[in-house]
Amino acid sequence: MDNVSSHGTTAHGHVHEHPHEHAHEELGWWRKYVFSVDHKVIGIQYAITGLLFLLFGFCLMMIMRWQLAYPGRPIPLIGQWLGQARAPMGIMLPEFYNQLGAMHGTIMVFMGVVPLAVGGFGNFVLPLQIGAPDMAFPKINMASYWAYFLGGVTMLLSFFQRGGAAQSGWTSYPPLADIADGQTVWLIGMVFLITSSLLGSINFIVTTVQLRAKGLSWMRLPFFVWAQFVTSFLLLLAFPPLEAAAVLQLMDRLVGTSFFLPSGLVISGKPLAVAGGGNPVLWQHLFWFLAHPEVYVLILPAMGIVSEIIANNTRKPLWGYTAMVYSVVFIGFMSFVVWAHHMFMTGMGTTMSAFFQTTTMIISIPSVVILTALLLSLWGASIRFTTPMLFALAFLPMFGIGGLTGLPLGLAPSDIHLHDTYYVIGHFHYVVAPGTIFGLFAGVYYWFPKATGRKMNDLLGTLHFWTSFLCINLVFMPMFIEGLAGMNRRMYDGGMQYKYNASVLHWNVVQGYAAWGLGLAQIFFIVNFFMSIKWGKAVDRNPWEATTLEWSAPSPPGHGNFLTEPIVYRGPYEYSVPGAARDFSPQFEPEKA
Amino acid sequence: MNIPYTVEIRPDTGLANGKLGIWLFLASEVMLFGALFSTYIILRNGAAEWPHGELSVPLGAINTVILISSSVTMVMAWASLKLNDWAKHRLYLIATFVLAALFLVNKYFEYSDHLAKGEGPWHSTFLAIYFTLTGLHGLHIVGGMIVMAYFIGPGAKLWKANADQFANRIEYTGLYWHFVDLVWIFLFPVLYLL
Repeated sequence: MDNVSSHGTTAHGHVHEHPHEHAHEELGWWRKYVFSVDHKVIGIQYAITGLLFLLFGFCLMMIMRWQLAYPGRPIPLIGQWLGQARAPMGIMLPEFYNQLGAMHGTIMVFMGVVPLAVGGFGNFVLPLQIGAPDMAFPKINMASYWAYFLGGVTMLLSFFQRGGAAQSGWTSYPPLADIADGQTVWLIGMVFLITSSLLGSINFIVTTVQLRAKGLSWMRLPFFVWAQFVTSFLLLLAFPPLEAAAVLQLMDRLVGTSFFLPSGLVISGKPLAVAGGGNPVLWQHLFWFLAHPEVYVLILPAMGIVSEIIANNTRKPLWGYTAMVYSVVFIGFMSFVVWAHHMFMTGMGTTMSAFFQTTTMIISIPSVVILTALLLSLWGASIRFTTPMLFALAFLPMFGIGGLTGLPLGLAPSDIHLHDTYYVIGHFHYVVAPGTIFGLFAGVYYWFPKATGRKMNDLLGTLHFWTSFLCINLVFMPMFIEGLAGMNRRMYDGGMQYKYNASVLHWNVVQGYAAWGLGLAQIFFIVNFFMSIKWGKAVDRNPWEATTLEWSAPSPPGHGNFLTEPIVYRGPYEYSVPGAARDFSPQFEPEKA
Repeated sequence: MNIPYTVEIRPDTGLANGKLGIWLFLASEVMLFGALFSTYIILRNGAAEWPHGELSVPLGAINTVILISSSVTMVMAWASLKLNDWAKHRLYLIATFVLAALFLVNKYFEYSDHLAKGEGPWHSTFLAIYFTLTGLHGLHIVGGMIVMAYFIGPGAKLWKANADQFANRIEYTGLYWHFVDLVWIFLFPVLYLL
């Protein structure tokens, strides 16, 4: 079995012809690539599935953007294929618009970003960065991928059931979600996705605590590992309440209980025949108890990736590493006591509002600390503008805009005006799209050589970056204008029915073109991705001249990862150490190398 | 390829992987039941009146005794392994399994009593939360029984191959089982007595 260490070579900085060919045990095709227990294969499975879901979720949005730009006009190209129940004569029905909206949110958050950021990068990079041979529980790791896969398939199939997919928004507020079509399958899909996240988070925490290499003390961990570690705790502790909420909503829908249905509810002029006595705001509490920490689940891994790339490309240690670590841990704690800032409009009372707006202001401090530390890390550096670095640099102002526009939403008085407008959409998309997703793209470009042994093309990468950067800002920046003007979210005609929107309606057309342009820009990435697997520039172990442990393993690493047991001698970002021979001193090289 | 610290303890953390894993799992379970207990509190606070005496206290009390006893036999099943007494281990593990089954039989009578009267979870907020909480707890009992059945049946082979690992697995099963027991110790007063 263990022919990994038996084939140990003089591993450090030594270019071995094809080390991986010797290194892994022989498995059949199915067990090697499909039902694999190797964390790297599972990570790549997660990443590719996640990227596909991101693309699919984005396609839903491109269809919605047509309807918003040109309400009631037949959808070109694909309109005729959507069917009578969705778009008769190619003209989108409001119900279908609602399905697209709910599923866009669900897919992007639960099936796109989280699986790519945590399942993909976490699985692939974390064990390598801590010098572990694999995750602590490889079989559970496989189970968590397949639970995610089943959840994803369930969600996709929900489009084809009678009445279509879920249509009550990704937040699924009752009473609407208790009675609307499609919600049952959504809830079942969510139970799969939640199970997957729970299994994954246990695995990440145990791996980080137990399988760190010799010498890798806590304050020598790369910041990416810290970010994933805190993220895992958020997933572990925040998802179960949503699971509880999903069970309760399923009971409401299938068994006829009234957990979320108040007494005396009238629907379409008819009183609803249920016992009543439930509380719709209860759902919001349970949902946001997950969904606010979920925001940090979305952002922290991206912060981790960006930190790695910034340290590597500035050739300097991260400025304020210790402060960043404490901040990320503090964010983890605080994220559990801010959830009700999403609920200022529910009438929960001024005392509650005052409490949650205070905690919300407090949690912005550690986020600003991390962002400031990353900005100051750039100071005085001779920066290498590699493709991953472009995306990482863009992350800083984009996440900055997303974060700062959140402050007016966190204060109850200004939230009254901005709540449920496009301003909110602009805010969280700046955090997640040009913020997190740019961070994730940075990560793909950065670790692609480790996964494949080849670099991605820089020209295509640069084109991908600048076109995406331009288009994505043109999509989201106008949302602040629309929102401040009062345009509500979730309107299938783009807000046309209200006179007060007339002055900002034309932005919908601009955003439409920008969104389709953004779609086209991704072709650079897709072409680059597949082309580079085959024809990318072949590289050895450490193409970026980086310091962390994953770069001591072969590219790609075989099953079991390292050829010799890795030992850590120093902190994670020892770049440009005075007196050292080179401008990087890897963690895995002893003092007198 | 072997994962380190699967059986042996990592010196600086003092843990084997599985032990940490099961505690983390239980932490997530605390959050799951915590959310449901919070639901109970919020619904009860918002209710105009709350029914009393709908459930049979004697049946609930018997089930409490059964589950606490099963926790004791579970510990004994693990302790016997540590004392290298395989026969006693089998006896205690099977006893735990039987007690768990008895609990479910009892629960079945309680459920069918309500359903015979037409009082399902749809009937009132109280019955809704009662059926949901005890139903989810019942599923946890079933889950525990499946694991025990595995270690009584095919999983028992591991004892010969790797005694320490087998003992660890029984210990983790026990931790889970005590948690399931503990949830019931909260459920009983909350639903039956208060």
